[in-house]
Amino acid sequence: MNQPSDNKGALAGYRVLDLTQGGCLLCGKLLADLGADVIKIEPPGGDPTRKIGPFYKNEAESEKSLFWWAHNTGKRGITLNLDAAKGQDLFRRLVGKADFVVESFNPGYLDSVGLGYSAVSKINPKIILTSITPFGQTGPYAGFKGPDLVTWALGGYLFVVGYPDKPVWISYPQASLHGGAEGAGASLVANWYRGNSGEGQHVDVSIQECVSDLLWNVTEFWDMNKTIVGRVGNGWRTAHAVMRQVFPCKDGHVVILLFGGGAAGSVASDKALVKLMAEEGMAPDWLKTFDWVHEFDTMVMTQETFDRVAAPVGVYLATKTKAQIWEEAVKRRIYMAPANTVKDIVESPQLQARDFWVELDHPELQDKVKYPGVFIKMSETQPKMTRRAPLIGEHNTEIYVGELGMTKKDLASLKRAKVI
Amino acid sequence: MAGKGALAGVKVVDFGRVFVNPFTAMRFGVQGATVVRVESHTVLDLQRMARPYKDNVSSINTGGSFTESNSSKYSITLDLRKEKGLGVALKLLEWCDVSMAGMPPGTMDKLGLGYEVAKKLNPDIIYFSTSQLGSNGPLSNFAGFGHHASAMSGLYSLTGWADDEPLGQYAGAYIDAASPRFGFLAILAALDYRRRTGKGQHIDQAQLEAAAQLMLPLFLDCTINGKVTIRNGNRLPNAAPHGVFQCQGDNRWIAIAVFTEQEWQDLCRVMGQPELAFDARFASLEARKKNEDELEKTVAAWTTKYPPEQLMSWLQAADVPAGRANNGKDLFEDDQYKHRGHFRFLKHSVMGVHSYSGPAYRTSKTPDQQFAAPALGEHNEFVLREVLKLSDDDITDLLIDRAVTTDADLPDFGAAY
Repeated sequence: MNQPSDNKGALAGYRVLDLTQGGCLLCGKLLADLGADVIKIEPPGGDPTRKIGPFYKNEAESEKSLFWWAHNTGKRGITLNLDAAKGQDLFRRLVGKADFVVESFNPGYLDSVGLGYSAVSKINPKIILTSITPFGQTGPYAGFKGPDLVTWALGGYLFVVGYPDKPVWISYPQASLHGGAEGAGASLVANWYRGNSGEGQHVDVSIQECVSDLLWNVTEFWDMNKTIVGRVGNGWRTAHAVMRQVFPCKDGHVVILLFGGGAAGSVASDKALVKLMAEEGMAPDWLKTFDWVHEFDTMVMTQETFDRVAAPVGVYLATKTKAQIWEEAVKRRIYMAPANTVKDIVESPQLQARDFWVELDHPELQDKVKYPGVFIKMSETQPKMTRRAPLIGEHNTEIYVGELGMTKKDLASLKRAKVI
Repeated sequence: MAGKGALAGVKVVDFGRVFVNPFTAMRFGVQGATVVRVESHTVLDLQRMARPYKDNVSSINTGGSFTESNSSKYSITLDLRKEKGLGVALKLLEWCDVSMAGMPPGTMDKLGLGYEVAKKLNPDIIYFSTSQLGSNGPLSNFAGFGHHASAMSGLYSLTGWADDEPLGQYAGAYIDAASPRFGFLAILAALDYRRRTGKGQHIDQAQLEAAAQLMLPLFLDCTINGKVTIRNGNRLPNAAPHGVFQCQGDNRWIAIAVFTEQEWQDLCRVMGQPELAFDARFASLEARKKNEDELEKTVAAWTTKYPPEQLMSWLQAADVPAGRANNGKDLFEDDQYKHRGHFRFLKHSVMGVHSYSGPAYRTSKTPDQQFAAPALGEHNEFVLREVLKLSDDDITDLLIDRAVTTDADLPDFGAAY
């Protein structure tokens, strides 16, 4: 899409003070992608998140955490000790010039250091404070520890994935990332209200609720049918059968849904697949004339019918690579997709064509690094990743001296006092 | 209903379809925006016919999949193939601040509702499209369900056990359910940009690009270190024990996630085996990782004796991260969800009172404005008369022409399907 050359982003001009940690850091990264001026505030010596791997060239150092890099692109960084009275003063000064504060501390922490919503809103009535926590600011679980596996469990998603005899999560922790993304949107909801009213407010995001938000109709099954949705492995349950959806292929696995009945797109897909198989002489005659509309209607289809159809399909798919399957799926509109690994995605030629990747400069390492790109396309204000994640205290001078009017001597003495 | 909520006054037209786009559009309605959902009796949205059905009676207005992603909206039913039906849709494009559609790329253009058409009617419209792979580029022809997006995104390869095939998420709908929060964010940013500059724009979401935001470091690890992260059950490299353990009862489980030596020692104390913390097999993270199978068996031997809620209570009291694997029923009984008011029991015009999930956040000054999902075409009168300000004669015309559809236009399914 052609961009206005002066595009600075949809949120250009807004300042965000980012106190989040862990996966919640995604909140500030998304706002930065959208053009906001996001300042990541870390404790002196660096945020604990910097200990989370993986690491650049497997070197476990505080400036080489790939987790930190990924979730802090576009942000500037300063250090500040919120437990020190002088640090709290500095934060109050920063709040005066900010539009948003986003944070993920334990509920009550900011209040305990005099920087909770009631305190900061007195300084800046327009401030929006977005708090992202495992369970919310109040309630019986507010004091609970909620790392991602725990909120995944309490949010209901753990129970519904896996085999009947064992539940399983997604091996790369997701829950707090959802909290971060939700926090960004929720902040802008409050921002809209602020535009009309002149007032900020406190936004309280629950990661547990973000997890439940992913459940589609699971709770409706209980409320309406008193049915507890359980786990079925890789089967897709229909009225009379369990349909396998994962098939081995030459270099991994492919996911294919064979639907029929009244779903016109599915029948077209099934027929396109059979045509493809027939071109290689791998479609039995009976499959070429199979009545997908009536015999494969999910309301009537039997397990026997499904298994009979799945057999030649499985044999065909086993001869193809993931790349071949994706190419044919796109070309012929067949409802199948490779179960890509991260490597398959990195190497995908089609994703190169959509500008999926962005190169960011890491001058401190004399390297340029290929990053996954932004989350959406916008015709006027295309989101951009403008810079790599900040080094510890990288912008202390820019902010404390440049904006708050300190001298370099002040900065040095604050550093000695462990305020920054 | 009218005039309240953080997004009061924002006007959204939701052209469907199925899950992603409606679930995104719903977020506006929940916060008080006016969201008009365009449907049709002649072409039913797949979700209208999806289970579960209230009291197991299947019909277009008794489905719980539809209601979960369509609360807080007004439903109008149009036959877009008829000139007058299309005419109403065009009026909605003119009326709205945001037009939203989730269809295979090219479909809105074929319907006569594409971006160029919309811009002529409404020069500063915010026009949102969502699809799995984006509306242009070599992949835009791809067709598929949520399962396929999940497969392409890498999520399948990350779920399950290392010695087993990749596993899908619930009903293939993980990316479908996750993409909406990203679309919502982008549209809100565009609305604010428009408020300050007067300029609208076209927002094009590729759900795969949203999904990538949930795996960012893994791509870096691959491009820099050549590492390919794949599924590994419920374990994590930097924590042990970290897993899911069976409890007393039928299909009852607890998640336990120990990250520090303090948590490990406290876990052993709660288990009644404090000395276990210093057992050579388990006395450090490194040791616990080395003996992880044995470690997990040891924990499981304990958890199997107690119900998960008891274990969670003991462990959290000792500052050990633990959580019951809530099932669908448990969620309604969850004490924190009761405190949050997570579930709302709202009155649907056909089904009566039933459950809806509230938003995942609370705003201190502007309570949300969630109301029940609409029956099909429930708000034809309201939308035509109050929203679009059409005259009685115009409305009658539309009905006679069946440009606005009614139950009489339903396809011949028979009484139940």
